[in-house]
Amino acid sequence: MAIPLSYNLRNLAVRRTTTVMTSLGIGLTVAVLVSVLSLVEGLSSAFQSSGHPRHVLVMRKGGGSELTSIIQRSQFLEAIKFRPTVERNAQGEPLASPELVQTVNLPSKEAPDGMNLTVRGLMPIGREMREETRLADGRWYADGRREAVVGSSVAARYPDAKMGGKFKFGRGEWVVVGVFHSDYPARNSEIWLDANQMAADFGRFEAFSSVLVRTRDEVAAQALINELETDQRLQIEALPERAYFEKQTSSGDVIKYLGTFVAIIMAIGSCFAAMNTMYAAVARRAREIGTLRVLGFSRRSILVSFFLESLFLSLLGGVVGVILVLPLNGLTTGVGSFVTFTEVAFSLRMSPGVIGAGLGFALLIGAFGGLFPASNAARKQILTALRQI
Amino acid sequence: MRFLPLILKNSLRNRRRSFLTISSLAISLCLLGVLMALYYALFFSPPKADQALRLITRHKVSLTMVMPLHYRDKIRNVPGVREIVTWQWFGGLYKNEQREQKFFFPRFGVEASRMFDVYRNFVIPEDQKQAFISDRRACIVSRATAEAQGFKIGDRVYIKGNIFPIDLDLTVKGIYDMDDGNEGLWFHMEQIEEGLKRLGSNRSFAGTFTILANSAEDVPRIQRAVDEMFANSDAPTRTETEQAFALSFLAFLGNLKLILMSICAAVTFTILLVAANTVAMSVRERVREVGVLKTLGFTQQKILGLLLGEALAISLIGGALGLVMAQGLCRVLAVGMATFMPPDQLTIRLPVFLALLGISLLIGIASSAVPAWNASRTPILDALRVTD
Repeated sequence: MAIPLSYNLRNLAVRRTTTVMTSLGIGLTVAVLVSVLSLVEGLSSAFQSSGHPRHVLVMRKGGGSELTSIIQRSQFLEAIKFRPTVERNAQGEPLASPELVQTVNLPSKEAPDGMNLTVRGLMPIGREMREETRLADGRWYADGRREAVVGSSVAARYPDAKMGGKFKFGRGEWVVVGVFHSDYPARNSEIWLDANQMAADFGRFEAFSSVLVRTRDEVAAQALINELETDQRLQIEALPERAYFEKQTSSGDVIKYLGTFVAIIMAIGSCFAAMNTMYAAVARRAREIGTLRVLGFSRRSILVSFFLESLFLSLLGGVVGVILVLPLNGLTTGVGSFVTFTEVAFSLRMSPGVIGAGLGFALLIGAFGGLFPASNAARKQILTALRQI
Repeated sequence: MRFLPLILKNSLRNRRRSFLTISSLAISLCLLGVLMALYYALFFSPPKADQALRLITRHKVSLTMVMPLHYRDKIRNVPGVREIVTWQWFGGLYKNEQREQKFFFPRFGVEASRMFDVYRNFVIPEDQKQAFISDRRACIVSRATAEAQGFKIGDRVYIKGNIFPIDLDLTVKGIYDMDDGNEGLWFHMEQIEEGLKRLGSNRSFAGTFTILANSAEDVPRIQRAVDEMFANSDAPTRTETEQAFALSFLAFLGNLKLILMSICAAVTFTILLVAANTVAMSVRERVREVGVLKTLGFTQQKILGLLLGEALAISLIGGALGLVMAQGLCRVLAVGMATFMPPDQLTIRLPVFLALLGISLLIGIASSAVPAWNASRTPILDALRVTD
């Protein structure tokens, strides 16, 4: 017969101080893991949920990043714009947007020395293709002027780039006249300008950075990619827009490795601490264990009971850990991407998966910490146990 | 001191507990040590003698933008500048680097004839140096890169361009050693210019300048003078010390300072909890013994000292073990981070060593103060009456 769970729960309540201290220790370990995981989760959800399924990004071969890519105007007109797989809008114009990409260095609160931001010069067609983007404040830039519209994350993080702000870029000062918000989180870290004005500032009329193309359907997208890549004369690489964004999640790798490394080492330490607590619990309750055995509870049920108590203890710690990190949920921070060499802002996200991982981790600590003390308790001889004071 | 044997004996009484506590403390302190060593290596390590004299000038907006080549001569005329060399980050892809990270190492185009005047810390045999300078298709690689990629003198290295639409076909003419053991491959910058010329682009430009100052006092002055000189031009510059330049890349990884600090705080607090918990447990079990000691004539202070001493002994042993483990772990980690930082930089230095010892001392005292104080003040009769 199993020992009632209330026995363990009441025991934890009686030895309050020890319980609180041990579970807090486990809680902090879990907190470190959960905060790192929610950082990584936030980062990957920022990128993975970005990108239109029918969009294809075209860049120069080997470039790997829009920033270092060059597509000649002639290439665009001859080889990309008028392909039959390219979708057309109501006016019959192909949905293919040549774009200029540069970076600008602006100071933020976190990085007073400045961080790089992506600046994207767009033709009207390029804005049309981003229909998931809405104006949140102000107005769109006027063509032929040094006016900029910034993503909502940029406006929130960079004092120079908030509504009405000014920043130096190209040959002069640009005024922020509007703020946009896109459903694709990664886009909100960009600054958009009129492509022609940007080309004039950089004396770059014959070459774009990249071309964004919308295809008729997803099959056509793959077909277009194959066509462009197999054409050796073009020296072009094309990939789904989604894949381009996904590639950038690797930016969080350093933090992920560091955090996991720390959490695992802390977990070993916490295991020992939990073991300590459970051994003490077993030692102090030797007589109780003897009594339980006399009452007819088997060695097995004592083993299970103490093991469960350790799990309760660590689960309590896990919950504490999750609660400790809760205030960080939704906090916005930025990370540089080694693909674009610019900063992308993202929010910490405590998804159910992250919380589950944290609690699972806590249980693992409890399981390792509780196994030996529980088996120690189960092996006690009735008589010696009863004789102990 | 007379009671030291008693303290040690006491701490060995519940061997299993002491072992678990010490291991737990040692592991946590080891982690704390590694993190502090990392923090120290990143943000506090003093520049090497020569490094303190080197400044790097780049385009103010971003590393991806270039500056006119004639900046070099203008900067050279700034008072306090001893030598200047132009270089360019080439990037590129070696073998199938896109898929396998192990093929990555930094590649730079550089003015070969001047580089050794600025980078005086490069140690390379004279004949290899001359062979490199005199051959435009030559390159030199650092010892770390040569070992990682298996390069030998005379090997051909083929690098596909990505930032620049130029492919490089280079021959290794030399292997250099340097104080910080970083990875790198250097080739003649003219290769980039000529390649671009073949493609019809007739632009000469500089990505980055490295300046060698005459003395450390000149450094801040040069920094200001250079940036002011170009402030109102098409290509304004940003000049910073080599160390600050390297750190600006770290900002890319996110707010590393804050992350490291908060993890350290969490670890310290966890250690404190673990230690306090064990001490409280062991004192609680011993209240009766305290009563016996008191009847034997031990004063309150002595009992307090005994209990504090026991906690201190455990935390110091844990701290010492942690330090040893931390140093070992640093060694292992340093190998994995050779691309980012010189291998001898990540190690437990004196300030970190002292800080760790201090923390273990503090933890010993803080964890035991309350239980020891309470136990030492328990009246004899009450203490003797406790059965549990």
